Amino acid sequence: MTATLSGGFRDAPTQSARAFRAILDALSRPGTIQTLSGPVTPPAPLSQAAGTLLLTLADATTPLHLAGDLDTPAVRDWLTFHSGAPLVGAGDAAFAVGTWDALLPLSRFFIGTSEYPDRAATLIVEMQDLSPNGARLSGPGIDGHAFLSLPEVTAFAANHRLSPLGFDCFLTAGDRLAGLPRSTRVEAA
Amino acid sequence: MTDQSYNFAYLDEQTKRMIRRAILKAVAVPGYQVPFASREMPMPYGWGTGGVQVTAACLMPEDVLKVIDQGADDTTNAVSIRKFFQRTAGVATTEATSEATIIQTRHRIPEQALTAGQILVYQVPIPEPLRFLEPRETETRKMHSLEEYGLMHVKLYEDIARHGSIATAYAYPVKVEGRYVMDPSPIPKFDNPKLSDSPALQLFGAGREQRIYAVPPFTRVVSLDFDDHPFDPSKAPHDCDLCGASESYLDEVITDDSGGRMFVCSDTDFCRTRREAGHAGRLGEAQFSSKKIANSFEGICPPTGDEA
Ligand SMILES: [Zn+2]
Repeated sequence: MTATLSGGFRDAPTQSARAFRAILDALSRPGTIQTLSGPVTPPAPLSQAAGTLLLTLADATTPLHLAGDLDTPAVRDWLTFHSGAPLVGAGDAAFAVGTWDALLPLSRFFIGTSEYPDRAATLIVEMQDLSPNGARLSGPGIDGHAFLSLPEVTAFAANHRLSPLGFDCFLTAGDRLAGLPRSTRVEAA
Repeated sequence: MTDQSYNFAYLDEQTKRMIRRAILKAVAVPGYQVPFASREMPMPYGWGTGGVQVTAACLMPEDVLKVIDQGADDTTNAVSIRKFFQRTAGVATTEATSEATIIQTRHRIPEQALTAGQILVYQVPIPEPLRFLEPRETETRKMHSLEEYGLMHVKLYEDIARHGSIATAYAYPVKVEGRYVMDPSPIPKFDNPKLSDSPALQLFGAGREQRIYAVPPFTRVVSLDFDDHPFDPSKAPHDCDLCGASESYLDEVITDDSGGRMFVCSDTDFCRTRREAGHAGRLGEAQFSSKKIANSFEGICPPTGDEA
């Protein structure tokens, strides 16, 4: 129980404000890698970056899907206590978090409607590592092009072709975070 | 000093989360208007409550905030908003464009080029560029979803037929990244080219109409035009009478009752910085303080509708 109650923001208004700016920076400038090094310490295997992002953005109004090995009692209890987000299946999720393999198939996630593309899901992909090399990115937020270590190219390229529909992604590893909105063109380098 | 009777940056945490989620979706779909549940703010709608809510959701304690109203830092509206965030968020403020991390603006884009990491927050009265063609929200939403922008082009072309050129001088519509037609807020069309490919993040907040939209950095923003009538940002054929700048947007200021007038930079920080660096215009420097000029703007600038 102690583990459930601890590890949240100590001063939510200022700490979540700093976390949001890192998250906003990540999504506004795909290919950059931000650090979410606040006080949030989620239970394993949820990363510090994914835990901080969820405590910053999720609440009782945002259904959350825990994919694969992340769906443990400890992670469930911690997220429920600190965010109040209802836990749901993939198709109903506003946020979904898991490793790439656990999130597949991506066709399960909501991509919005042509009149309300903003209702699409946001995926948080837990990675072993993040580095500025790999797939080639271009589009809004990127001066020319950038590179990012994505788990694959095809799925993101297909998602971009749906734009302005499509899911948006954050990639997390430890306390590091990168953003990949649907607007980003993704190609093999 | 932060006033401890308020939450940081005034809004409660649940409201900030809702606005933050809307901002992120706005960034992911450049130019698309994301609905959000606008909150009552301790100021009237005419004072830019949409911009204030976006700024409140973005601010962190380390920020340096600049607030401008038609280019000026010292109008009543700009001063009130700046004081509001000094009191509720305890953030530092500045009048220098280059020192600011967040700039909230009404009706202008600063003359000085913005840099990576800066956020420009626009106060928007009417976010829907198709509103004057189609009053029904359900219809404009459908038009955006189908990219049905033909009516907008017809309207602009009728301008050309009637006036010989496109008469729209403020809130000139743009297309973002080849997809959504967007209202850039009532900035002069002179500012439109600065919307495109900026290193800064641009966020737009409409309080009364409850919409947030965004132009991420390095995003293509094109002013609508025609092959035979290309977009013309147009500029008054004068230099600033105070600092001599030839490239800035000017306001005409009546100086006396007998028809005397002068042209001065609408961006007071830009003008002062130039004068401090030794530049002088027709009327030299130091005759008029920027505050005096800013106050004289009130009631002279063209009416552009109520802010939301
Ligand atoms: Zn000047």
